[in-house]
Amino acid sequence: MLIYLNGSPKTITDSKTVAGLLQDLAIPHALVVVELNKTILHPDSHAATVLKDNDQMEIIRFVGGG
Amino acid sequence: MLTIGGHTFNSRLFLGTGKFSSSAVMKQAIEASGTEMVTVALRRVDLDNPADDIMSSLDRNRCVFLPNTSGARNAEEAIRLAHLARAASGSIWLKLEVTPDPRTLLPDPIETLKATEELVRAGFIVLPYMNADPILALRLQDAGAAAVMPLGSPIGSNQGILTAFQIEIIIDQARVPVVVDAGIGAPSHAALAMEMGADAVLVNTAISVAGDPVAMARAFAQAVEAGRTAFVAGMGSRSKQAHASSPLEGTLATDLNFLA
Repeated sequence: MLIYLNGSPKTITDSKTVAGLLQDLAIPHALVVVELNKTILHPDSHAATVLKDNDQMEIIRFVGGG
Repeated sequence: MLTIGGHTFNSRLFLGTGKFSSSAVMKQAIEASGTEMVTVALRRVDLDNPADDIMSSLDRNRCVFLPNTSGARNAEEAIRLAHLARAASGSIWLKLEVTPDPRTLLPDPIETLKATEELVRAGFIVLPYMNADPILALRLQDAGAAAVMPLGSPIGSNQGILTAFQIEIIIDQARVPVVVDAGIGAPSHAALAMEMGADAVLVNTAISVAGDPVAMARAFAQAVEAGRTAFVAGMGSRSKQAHASSPLEGTLATDLNFLA
């Protein structure tokens, strides 16, 4: 199955959840905000949200900036 | 004391956190600056380095955390970033930046006004980055901006206050705090802005890329303090003619025949 992660295509296994993908990528939940198809996902729903083919997922966090 | 969005600030120096060589240097510079407001940006996680985290270096008990919408080219993108920032930080503070042209990074006034209106409605404390346009400043404060942030010169250019004439008018008219942002490249620029009556300045590049960012942060803190004190003390008016500081009576000039 193919999704678009931070703008780039990425192949993932079927029935992967958002929480599962974050875990695979070694990204700590607390530090990021996830947007799925331009809708912000509340952290509480990461575990229950199953990714679908062609989903556009953005993983965003704060960096230094003016 | 400066109050923005119901929050009181002892320090009138706001600090950007971009371009520091390390988190440790940034942390020390924040400390040395005495700032109580720091800006941050939102970006995609670097999937090759996912643990990298600025938040752990920032003390949110000491500093208001002001996410910006840098990278937004129009109101729609800025609003999207604002909501992401709120979700990520839990904070309703927002530095609104809408910069369609990457070469100048000058703010789009129409999109900035549109985004300000919408974000104020959505409950954000909005501090819009704007060109030094006095009419736009009035429009933004009418739209509910908590402060206005006119530029001194383009972002990161270190050119100082090239917009002094307009900033003076903005300060004169403003009912909300005026924070001079962008282009401040030296402590003297910051002091000038404060002498003019700005309520605060936001500095990033001049500190973060200095040879010694921590010492530079201290220098900026002193300059902002000096400029503010001078403004409150009341600056003398300018004149084209000389006005002698020493008494003109009782000079020996006649005897010495200086003027003969």
